[in-house]
Amino acid sequence: MVLDSKAPQGAIEKSWDEHRFNLKLVNPANKRKYTVIVVGTGLAGASAAATLAELGYHVKSFCIQDSPRRAHSIAAQGGVNAAKNYPNDGDSVHRLFYDTVKGGDYRAREANVYRLAQVSNNIIDQCVAQGVPFAREYSGMLANRSFGGAQVSRTFYAKGQTGQQLLLGAYSALMRQVHEGRVELYPRTEMLDVVVEDGKARGIVTRNVVTGKIESHAGHAVCLATGGYSNVFFLSTNAMACNVTAAYRAYKRGAYFANPCYTQIHPTCIPVAGEHQSKLTLMSESLRNDGRVWVPKEIGDQRHPSSIPESERDYYLERRYPSFGNLVPRDVASRAAKAACDEGRGVGASGLAVYLDFADAIKRDSRAAIEARYGNLFHMYAKITGEDPYSTPMRIFPAPHYTMGGLWVDYNLQSTIPGLFVLGEANFSDHGANRLGASALMQGLADGYFVIPYTIGPYLDGLARENDMAINPNGSAFKTSEQEATARINKMLNINGSQTVDDFHKKLGRIMWDNCGMSRNAEGLKKAIDTIPKLREEFWNDVSVTGTPGEFNQVLERAGRVADFLEFGELMCRDALTREESCGGHFREEHQTEENEARRDDENFTHAAAWEYKGDDNEPTRHKEALEFKYVKLTQRSYK
Amino acid sequence: MSSLNLTLRVWRQKGANGEGKFVDYQLSDVSTDSSFLEMMDLLNNQLESKGEEPVAFDHDCREGICGACSMFINGQPHGPERGTTACQLHMRSFQDGDTIVIEPWRARPFPVIKDLVVDRSAFDRIIAAGGYVSAKTGSAPDANAIPIPKPDADEAMDAATCIGCGACVAACKNASAMLFVSAKVSQFALLPQGRVERAARVRNMVEKMDAEGFGNCTNTGACEAECPKEISLANIARLNREWLRSNFVLG
Ligand SMILES: Cc1cc2nc3c(=O)[nH]c(=O)nc-3n(C[C@H](O)[C@H](O)[C@H](O)COP(=O)(O)OP(=O)(O)OC[C@H]3O[C@@H](n4cnc5c(N)ncnc54)[C@H](O)[C@@H]3O)c2cc1C
Ligand code: SF4
Ligand code: FES
Repeated sequence: MVLDSKAPQGAIEKSWDEHRFNLKLVNPANKRKYTVIVVGTGLAGASAAATLAELGYHVKSFCIQDSPRRAHSIAAQGGVNAAKNYPNDGDSVHRLFYDTVKGGDYRAREANVYRLAQVSNNIIDQCVAQGVPFAREYSGMLANRSFGGAQVSRTFYAKGQTGQQLLLGAYSALMRQVHEGRVELYPRTEMLDVVVEDGKARGIVTRNVVTGKIESHAGHAVCLATGGYSNVFFLSTNAMACNVTAAYRAYKRGAYFANPCYTQIHPTCIPVAGEHQSKLTLMSESLRNDGRVWVPKEIGDQRHPSSIPESERDYYLERRYPSFGNLVPRDVASRAAKAACDEGRGVGASGLAVYLDFADAIKRDSRAAIEARYGNLFHMYAKITGEDPYSTPMRIFPAPHYTMGGLWVDYNLQSTIPGLFVLGEANFSDHGANRLGASALMQGLADGYFVIPYTIGPYLDGLARENDMAINPNGSAFKTSEQEATARINKMLNINGSQTVDDFHKKLGRIMWDNCGMSRNAEGLKKAIDTIPKLREEFWNDVSVTGTPGEFNQVLERAGRVADFLEFGELMCRDALTREESCGGHFREEHQTEENEARRDDENFTHAAAWEYKGDDNEPTRHKEALEFKYVKLTQRSYK
Repeated sequence: MSSLNLTLRVWRQKGANGEGKFVDYQLSDVSTDSSFLEMMDLLNNQLESKGEEPVAFDHDCREGICGACSMFINGQPHGPERGTTACQLHMRSFQDGDTIVIEPWRARPFPVIKDLVVDRSAFDRIIAAGGYVSAKTGSAPDANAIPIPKPDADEAMDAATCIGCGACVAACKNASAMLFVSAKVSQFALLPQGRVERAARVRNMVEKMDAEGFGNCTNTGACEAECPKEISLANIARLNREWLRSNFVLG
């Protein structure tokens, strides 16, 4: 199959407008004849469901949590980007576009990124109109802060709870449509399969997690907005329910999975403290506006940070990257922290941490000012570590955080399965090999509010033209999917093994972190590709899944997700192995410059890799979408 | 880091209609660095490896922001620490040898689903009744077109930090949802964007709250004391003013 990005060819500044103009519209009176299934109620899913319903479509909205408001997006902290240029510091749509393409290490599709930068401004307008209480200046105007990878201040924020406020905005828009009767809400419902009939996505099979009932839902199109897969590492900053199941099931039904090896390891997280740990906590990147990162100059210096004089500290980001300093992009900051620890200069009991120090900022701006900016983050840090970050520098270390890889989609956000659209973190579209801070919220809301409502039109209109409007949840494809899902559940419940689901998840996480984490090499990846299938086999022989299928059963839920991670992890390693270059978050030790920076191979790898499932016993096929750069020149990324 | 030996007295209930009872578990070697939910993970992992059913509880973000976790710990929603959700509570707040009693939210509008898991969908229905500004996608003016005084924006933000956990209801002897509802009503009443629909909003949300079976507010203040986000009682006062005002506007 030829991967046609459908990206418009004309002048990039006009291409979205022209594309929109050329898209077929669905007659308003006909919209209610269409049922659109939206899986996920994070920023991408909630904004899409609300907007599609406002347009008149009948929408069915699904999520795992007990309320759509609790989707993982709620936890986003630092902010959302837009090219408003309110601070008048030289920002523009073009600069946001440029920064995002460069930040992604030239591995994203230009046309998508340009569109994202264009609609970013509409997002801020929309959110303010919804009553999102963004931070403001004393003038009453909106405030901005800086984030990594940019030299302008373009990030809008609501304290350290931006994701919460944006999601509550989208959730309230969604609930308004529920009230209007245009959205049917299915919380506590997990999608287990995409149903494909005659080559088109026709619906989904779900499990009601309260009753255990397996059900089919038919629709004219399916939108997946099911988030990212960082939990493949077990320990990550993601919420506990984040999973790859929805995306992976779609992959097994024919949707290509693009760039699964592109994962983001976030530089500023609270370090691992022990075996008991169930997740890692992010300390927002916004902290790098005011915090200075350092380690002792001497190897093995065990002194308390307050006894290490200024002259014996190495502010290594400021030293290595004088122009961006502490605000280098995430991949660069994470690798630099790892390098400092690998040299033996890490701090804390495990030696796997660096300092993030606010002493200078407190001296300059006052403790109250710092508290106003980051109060809730400092509070969270103190809760978790029992230390006071106002007086002792924070200890931080990189942790899995975000996944740039995802289901392959064209410019219309349609996957390789017609009628299956993918939004938000679940797709691969806009961030290339590394995402800049505050750009995920922007992308989720762009996809949901401003892209899919238009780009879904032609597909739906086509169904009517082809006289293909009948949808039937009792069709044979639905029955087959239901039977397969039921059989899998029963199989898991009948193993009665001796190891828990978490035991397996932790083992997989270890393999992934060691071999497909912050840095990768061929030998490690091959080893992982060899061991993961063995672990998978062990899982299917020795896992203990308690309880019964027809009840609220959290072990069963987790088991299903871990089973998919156990297959997906292998695909990630395969992708990492075949991408013989370093780019963004994908760092292959074999491919680095003399200064230990990522070395791309533009001649051979200026493409997105999209994997096609070929059956459990066969290797997947790697397809390429060539990436063209007409507006941004490919250069060695430099933040010096 | 040190470790604790604990007795956990946990509410176990098969399903919505099943009878519930307390069951005691002994748990040893609990790291004081672990969170309360990680302590529960340890218990569950031990139960699961013995083939016994683990304790069901709601949780997701484990960062105090999603509002999923909802446990009554030693007689207090979210446990003993002020301004802290159960997931952010750490075991260093407990002593070796402690007995910890763990129950679900107990309030009629929040029926138990299993063990510590309750159904809080009544909150979603209250929001659906009016907890929004009816701004259609695409209809918004420039974000800076309407300046908003910083103090108003900040106060709206404080109200908007409610995580919808329901601790206020669980803490209240009347199972009143006033703090939750007032937080949303306040957020919008403080912002120009929200003022257009303020009368209908407060009316519809309060009527829905009553219809869902939440009790009346008798000003005991237990909600504010137990709210993990420290939502202020001043919001309830504002809700009452908004309600009175709506009577003039709507009659
Ligand atoms: C701690 C943290 C802080 C962050 N801070 C920022 C920030 O400041 N700025 C920024 O831009 N980005 C930030 N990010 C990234 C950003 O939050 C996410 O990328 C983004 O919110 C993802 O949104 P989404 O809508 O794609 O998916 P999610 O919000 O993850 O939502 C996924 C939805 O899908 C549902 N779902 C998943 N699987 C299934 C299934 N099988 N069946 C049914 N439903 C399913 C879930 O229930 C949920 O409703 C942060 C991320 C983390 C972890
Ligand atoms: S007001 Fe407080 S206690 Fe009540 S739901 Fe909101 S955050 Fe929870
Ligand atoms: S688990 Fe999200 S608030 Fe506790």
